[in-house]
Amino acid sequence: MIALLLFLVPLIGGLLTFLPNKSGMARSLALGSALLSLAGVIAGLTLFKQPLYWEFDAEWLQTLGSRFSLKGDAMGMLMSLLTSIGVLLAVLGSWNNDVQGTNRFYGLLLWMQAGMMVVFLASDALLFYFGWELALIPAYFLCSIWGGEKRIAVTFKFFIYTFVGSVLMLIGLIYLQSLTPNHSFQMQAFRNLEIPESKQVWLFWLFFLAFAIKVPVFPFHTWQPDTYEQSPTTVTMLLSGVMVKMGLVAMIRWMLPILGIGVFIWSDVVICLSVIGILYASLIAIRQDDLKRLIAYSSIAHMGLTVAALFSLSGFSNNSNVVLQYHQVGFQGILLQLFSHGINILGMWLLADRIERRFGTRKLSELGGLARTAPTFTIFFLLIAFANIALPLTNAFPGEFLQFNALFHAQSPYRFVFLVLAGLGVILSAIYTLNMVRRIFFGETNQATENGLRLSTAESLALSLVVGLILVFGVYPQAVLDFTNDFSREYVKAIDITRFLAK
Amino acid sequence: MNLLLLAAFWGVLMMFISLSGRSHATIRLIAQVGMGLLFLSTLAEMQGFLIYDLKAAEMFAMDRYGLVMLSVLSGCGFLYFLLSGRDMANVGSDYSEYFSLIFFIFCGFVLVLSFTSLLMLFLGIEIVTIPLYILTGSDKRNLKSNEASLKYFLLGAFSTGLMLMGIALIYGARGTFSTMEVVGASGIPTRLLLGGLFLMFFSLAFKVSAAPFHFWTPDVYDGAPTVFTSFMATLVKVAAFAGFLRLFDHAFGSLKTTWQIWAGAVAVLTLIIGNITAVYQQSVKRLLAYSSIAQAGFMMLGLYGLGDGAREGMVLYAASYSLATIAIFSVLTRMNDYTIEGFNGLAKKDPWIAGILAVCLLSLAGIPLTAGFLAKFYMLQAALSAKYGLIVVVIAVLMAAVSVYYYFRVLQAMYFRAAEEGTQFPAFSTGFKRVLTLIAILILVLGIQPGLLLHYLYF
Repeated sequence: MIALLLFLVPLIGGLLTFLPNKSGMARSLALGSALLSLAGVIAGLTLFKQPLYWEFDAEWLQTLGSRFSLKGDAMGMLMSLLTSIGVLLAVLGSWNNDVQGTNRFYGLLLWMQAGMMVVFLASDALLFYFGWELALIPAYFLCSIWGGEKRIAVTFKFFIYTFVGSVLMLIGLIYLQSLTPNHSFQMQAFRNLEIPESKQVWLFWLFFLAFAIKVPVFPFHTWQPDTYEQSPTTVTMLLSGVMVKMGLVAMIRWMLPILGIGVFIWSDVVICLSVIGILYASLIAIRQDDLKRLIAYSSIAHMGLTVAALFSLSGFSNNSNVVLQYHQVGFQGILLQLFSHGINILGMWLLADRIERRFGTRKLSELGGLARTAPTFTIFFLLIAFANIALPLTNAFPGEFLQFNALFHAQSPYRFVFLVLAGLGVILSAIYTLNMVRRIFFGETNQATENGLRLSTAESLALSLVVGLILVFGVYPQAVLDFTNDFSREYVKAIDITRFLAK
Repeated sequence: MNLLLLAAFWGVLMMFISLSGRSHATIRLIAQVGMGLLFLSTLAEMQGFLIYDLKAAEMFAMDRYGLVMLSVLSGCGFLYFLLSGRDMANVGSDYSEYFSLIFFIFCGFVLVLSFTSLLMLFLGIEIVTIPLYILTGSDKRNLKSNEASLKYFLLGAFSTGLMLMGIALIYGARGTFSTMEVVGASGIPTRLLLGGLFLMFFSLAFKVSAAPFHFWTPDVYDGAPTVFTSFMATLVKVAAFAGFLRLFDHAFGSLKTTWQIWAGAVAVLTLIIGNITAVYQQSVKRLLAYSSIAQAGFMMLGLYGLGDGAREGMVLYAASYSLATIAIFSVLTRMNDYTIEGFNGLAKKDPWIAGILAVCLLSLAGIPLTAGFLAKFYMLQAALSAKYGLIVVVIAVLMAAVSVYYYFRVLQAMYFRAAEEGTQFPAFSTGFKRVLTLIAILILVLGIQPGLLLHYLYF
């Protein structure tokens, strides 16, 4: 029931938000819907956490073998929490923005949320595909209508990229469905498939391209910095904080357990690409003068590490409990990082948006000395920046640590090379993040920054929420680890390809 | 068969009404009522009600599939009359005769959908195309319309010649016209039969404007009066496809291995040529002409992967493609400027119309939640099971991504670009908007619950 509500609330909320012409009314409706979904998730995490509440199943496209089935496992729950927090922050962060056509803006934003919820909760492949596109279309309109100067061309590139990926995935889904005995799109039916190696080798790419474009993995990332730069920051928050996670969740749910052998065969290639991505994006980030582009590249680097860690889980354990244990811990790190990175980057964008609106520029070279003129803002910024570097006691640290651990225990002959190079990413991230902090907050003030910056109530609320989450999960990540424990144990068994090798 | 009788009757009726000198409004109303009756009579036939039981099974016999297809065609025809009936008056002075010709074309549809003899297929195709030659040239004082009509006539006559030749060869090989018997029980074709088969294949490929037989399409569609282009590009094309499928399903189904690869090649070629050329168009009318070629490529996939799934897909494709294209054309007819820039800023001026056009464009591009997506989905699924299916399907989806490019150009013009100073947009009446809204709702409903239409195939 909760799962269905999480989809229906933003869908209906979005529809209602479209109706009123007054911007204040639309804004309140959007806030109401965002709060309601967050309340729904929290209720689902505390009072109604039995699977019964998180499952929903109904007849849908019978002749195609597809059902409307949603199922919230631990990952789904975590991601729906992130989604509803993300939307709430987006609404709060844009509370004082003057948007033309507020009703349409928030309506589309909520529909995007509905699509993402479906992606995170669907246990039917076709439904998942519907959600995948349902999230994309509103995003396309949001960026193209309210974006920056070059928005039309840039967003179009983004759309075409993702669309090409998703139609290739569609072929893969149809193909898998044709292999299942009763022509079903159910996730369980897909997982029961035993696909011969010769087919997995190419099926892998049909899926991987779609997800790699979304994440994005180097060299499929070229849409991302442009899109993040040109989109209105509220939308960028959701794009990078939540939507990007769609690609990773899709890999976790629809690739590793189904195409285990294909993943194993190509895992070195993928990890290699991810590591290149980490270094490449970090190096570019160091040279960026534009705040939004810097955050965009930093996000590529972080996601690169997560993908590398994810693919290093692929392998055969020979049913050894030790190996499974390593995999499980690594996988929990990935889940933790999915959540934490989402929170951190949401905070980053809130700050970037505030700077841009206050000073009318995103160029680091035109800022400076804010530490003296806007101390509260500086504290928020520093905490979030520390989380971006993954300093201990911030929420990103345990996740990143466990991911490196996973990479260390990978079954690849090159694992040490990967580990060392990926480790360089941490140092580089410290360089670009601290450099950014230095250039914005220290040094001489100029005419623009002299007058400082005041945070409104809504913004302070949003930032406090982010910082609170950063500290809570930084000090006590065990909450998430406990929460995902059972799910992860089952999962690493499901992706273990020992069962194939035995035959 | 209800529709055949009614359409013939109504065609004659419309012809005589022009003599009585009634006003345009009356003529239009009679035509709309007639088309509505055609639709209802088809629905009634599905329930087993027949006006007159024609016993002509050696010539034609209606089956469930034909009936569903026919109800889609007449339903879309009804919406087409509601939307564009008024605009036909602007073409020329023979208002009533235009309707009359369209009713005769519907007679042809019935034959194309129900033939059991090759001769009936030939007759059906001719009944459909001869009125079309006239409608294409109906803007008598316009040189482009005349050119289009002549071009269409010459090439169309030639392709009909090919078809007759094919039928003759098949008759020579087997001594029968019956679709049930043209391929013998042995299933081993003679060369004569194969020659006939491929001549018919080429001729029908011409009629549905599949590459490399598509060269007439852009010029004819562009030259013809826009109201009639709308009709030709949708219902006529879809009906021709249904006939194409019926012939190769019923008559040549057992020879699938010989022609399947050709159908695949034609589909791929059509998809590539249609989509790539559409990218370069500046006029929305020509863009839709090329898009119709591109969509024909997708429908060819149904022939390539012929089976139950392909039949369902064809019905859904017929409905989604016709609905969306009719709606876009009906708006285009009223626009002052046919270029893509002419749509700049429409969303600001008329958000309702722009929203509906957006749904139609998304459906043509095959975005989920619209009927166009599921139609393409069925076709891909059918094609994937065929030999070399994977390569064909990958090309098809990449071309679908190309199609997003040009459909979205119109979308971008409407939503993200501002109109130039002094652009005049036509005023759309409330009734017109209501019909368009109905079309948008149908597209969305079919995109979420295609079973509502498809279950008629079985029950």
